[in-house]
Amino acid sequence: MIRFESVTKRFRGGGIAVDALDLEAPTGKITVLVGPSGCGKTTSLRMVNRMVEPTSGRIWLDDRDTAKVRPATLRRGIGYVIQQAGLFPHRTVVDNVATVPVLLGLPRRDARRQALDLLERVGLPRELGERYPAQLSGGQQQRVGVARALAADPPVMLMDEPFSAVDPVVRAQLQDEFLRLQGELGKTILFVTHDIDEAIKLGDQVAVLRTGGRLAQVATPAELLSHPADAFVAGFVGRDRGYRALGFAAAGELPLAHEPVVTVGDALAATPPRAVDGWALVVDAERRPLGWLAVGGLGEAQLSGPVVEDLLNLGGTLATESGTLREALDAALSSPSGRGVIVDEDGRFAGTVTASEVLTRIERRASVLRQEAIESAAAEVIALQP
Amino acid sequence: MNLWSYLQQHSGDLAGWTWTTVWLAALPLLVGLAIALPLGWLASRLRWTYPPLVTATGILYTIPSLVLFIVLPGLLGTRILDTVNVAVALTAYTVALLVRIVADGLSSVSTTTLSAASAMGYTARQRLFGVQLPIAVPVIGAGLRVAAVSNVSLVSVASIIGVPQLGRMFIDGSNLSTLGPIVDGLIAFVVLALVFDGLILLGIRTLSPWAKQALA
Amino acid sequence: MSTAAVIADKFLPGLDRVPVWLNDPANWTGPNGLLERIGQHLGYSVSAVVVALLIALPLGLVIGHTGRGVFLVVGLANGLRAVPILGLLLLLVVWLSPHLHARLTVPGLIPPGGFAYIVPIEIALVLLAIPPILSNTYAGVQAVDPAVRDAGEGMGMRGSQVIWQVEFPCALPLVMSGLRSATLQVIATATVAAYVPFLGGLGRFILDGQDQLTNLRYGYPAMVSAGIVVAVLAVVVDLLLALVQRLVVSRGVAERYRRRRGVRAVPEPA
Repeated sequence: MIRFESVTKRFRGGGIAVDALDLEAPTGKITVLVGPSGCGKTTSLRMVNRMVEPTSGRIWLDDRDTAKVRPATLRRGIGYVIQQAGLFPHRTVVDNVATVPVLLGLPRRDARRQALDLLERVGLPRELGERYPAQLSGGQQQRVGVARALAADPPVMLMDEPFSAVDPVVRAQLQDEFLRLQGELGKTILFVTHDIDEAIKLGDQVAVLRTGGRLAQVATPAELLSHPADAFVAGFVGRDRGYRALGFAAAGELPLAHEPVVTVGDALAATPPRAVDGWALVVDAERRPLGWLAVGGLGEAQLSGPVVEDLLNLGGTLATESGTLREALDAALSSPSGRGVIVDEDGRFAGTVTASEVLTRIERRASVLRQEAIESAAAEVIALQP
Repeated sequence: MNLWSYLQQHSGDLAGWTWTTVWLAALPLLVGLAIALPLGWLASRLRWTYPPLVTATGILYTIPSLVLFIVLPGLLGTRILDTVNVAVALTAYTVALLVRIVADGLSSVSTTTLSAASAMGYTARQRLFGVQLPIAVPVIGAGLRVAAVSNVSLVSVASIIGVPQLGRMFIDGSNLSTLGPIVDGLIAFVVLALVFDGLILLGIRTLSPWAKQALA
Repeated sequence: MSTAAVIADKFLPGLDRVPVWLNDPANWTGPNGLLERIGQHLGYSVSAVVVALLIALPLGLVIGHTGRGVFLVVGLANGLRAVPILGLLLLLVVWLSPHLHARLTVPGLIPPGGFAYIVPIEIALVLLAIPPILSNTYAGVQAVDPAVRDAGEGMGMRGSQVIWQVEFPCALPLVMSGLRSATLQVIATATVAAYVPFLGGLGRFILDGQDQLTNLRYGYPAMVSAGIVVAVLAVVVDLLLALVQRLVVSRGVAERYRRRRGVRAVPEPA
């Protein structure tokens, strides 16, 4: 656990970077600091490992007051990942990863062996170990940066915009793998970003900071989207937040409709009876959906030969039974047949759902939330009355 | 230490020595620049000419000025005390130093700027004189400053082989074992170097007013 | 110009005498031969460069690391460049030598009585060698990517560890090029050492030859030959240092520097 206790940072010019910050980053969770530039998020992060000294206030790591630990010792126990990766250009990848263990006194040979394992863990081939950073792509460098921060197995990690310098496709990949890795490792992570979408995707808890270094709101991503604390947070969280909030609402038991399916390889001539409204769902031998076949568009002459994948419309997205309302709605809206394809945990076809059915669900959930909001607002008004 | 007595004794020589020193430092600078500009342009235009030019300059630098001063008479058929030897040697150093800088300076102009110029209808020639060269002025100027200060200093070395100029003061001071003339000489050379440096700086500022910040 | 010199000029032996001179083994071996002079020349040069390195490298690293004392680097580099080395050398000789009475001798390098003169020479050569090493080291440290330095500190390196494990290896290509240009200048300038009593080096041939230009053994051919040997010596030492640079500079930073083509620092003739 990282705990900020009314931490203030005032710069020599008199400007305030962080203003009386109280925040707790719970153990084993990802806490994201997000905000516009100049909101003091990076300064807050750098005060944890004392790269910046607070003007006042305390920062605790569990029950240790960081001000009472020597900076070098403190930092060797905290993983640190920064935007440009900051890899040592003169050292090979494996020596970069081995840095902190060697600083801590581990024999170089052991540190290097362990470093190679870590490379695999962050999705890099071991052969890359003998390369120099300049020979790696931006995404690879960032992975090495993460591996280097993990090398001494620190319980706490500080990550300062680690994925901002790579292109969007690579960024999404890195984010997914980061979440997978965190699922295995369960580190206490403080993560800084200016990208609200990244904050919502990665954070167990999101702290929104406003210019001048004041905390605007700390909440789970879902809460942030559904209940922004004020106009600043609402503006920062941005448009489409009603829709994006559905990404945190479990779909629950959807009314799945049965749907006759066609298995790839079946005779085309046999498909018309299995089509509904001119569309038939095609699955593979394992009953995994492959795409939709526009049976209505095929003339008599074309109804010969087998069903092949080339004939399929691949426009629809898939949603899982245990997924979110956002996935389910998207599956319905994107499906060429208008029927969203739902699969089970193993990716096998479970049933279809229409957009109006999902919307009914959304509307029912919204009315419950509205009722709750009225009650809590009433409670607040009562509490405010003298 | 008396700084004046030596100057008084040699008041008749001082003007001549100063003049020799100034032209020995200045002329090679101008001639060197005139030769280095087209050569540097060539090296920036035809990339294959760059490595041999850089290598050649590197080798030239390893030859001490004193050595060049005494080898040149053999090569040029000049007399050993002829000031031409000094002028030619310093010109060679200046060219060597500037060719690479001119080439680097011209190729350091961003391709965006160059394509913008071409897109607006500049011919290759207009582009060189209207865009590339002006933008490279601060870089070339900085090289010229190094060359000027180093030339002034090298002129004094020529006094070892007896070319009469301000460097004589060092030799005389050494022969007489008195500090006065040596300090006089040091002051004279430093002042001369500063004057050269200041003049070139002034020239660069006039030619590239936009780069003031970069020079500070 | 003396009449003797005018006459000598007219009968200056041609450069074709130079190979003849260099081919004569008698000019190489024995006391005051080329080999002995080369040894002295290298002795003066290498000791000066080593002392300069010991002073300038730590200073440059600390200045680059802390950012304090930058004016010292800039001032020293620009100021010393304007001072003619011959004047500085002779100033030190006239000023210091009468006060140095130690009787230290090193066979082949410092002859009896030479100590009073080797000190000013070495000081002048050290002063000559410091600016390129100092300013290149400083520039090299300054050029280290701030993110790399930040990462080093963030991982718990102490100041000295950041300097020696991160900044120094990253700055090494520039440090080495500073060392190389300092060495070139010192080897070239050590020729002037012969102007001072008791001392030798390859400059001896050049200085002594002036009084007897037409002499085929000690005159102009010897001067030019010695000059050529100085240049060859400088090239050979530079190649050796280039080899050292290959060995000590990490491939990771060497490749980066090769890729980054910009306006480089220029060495100066001496």
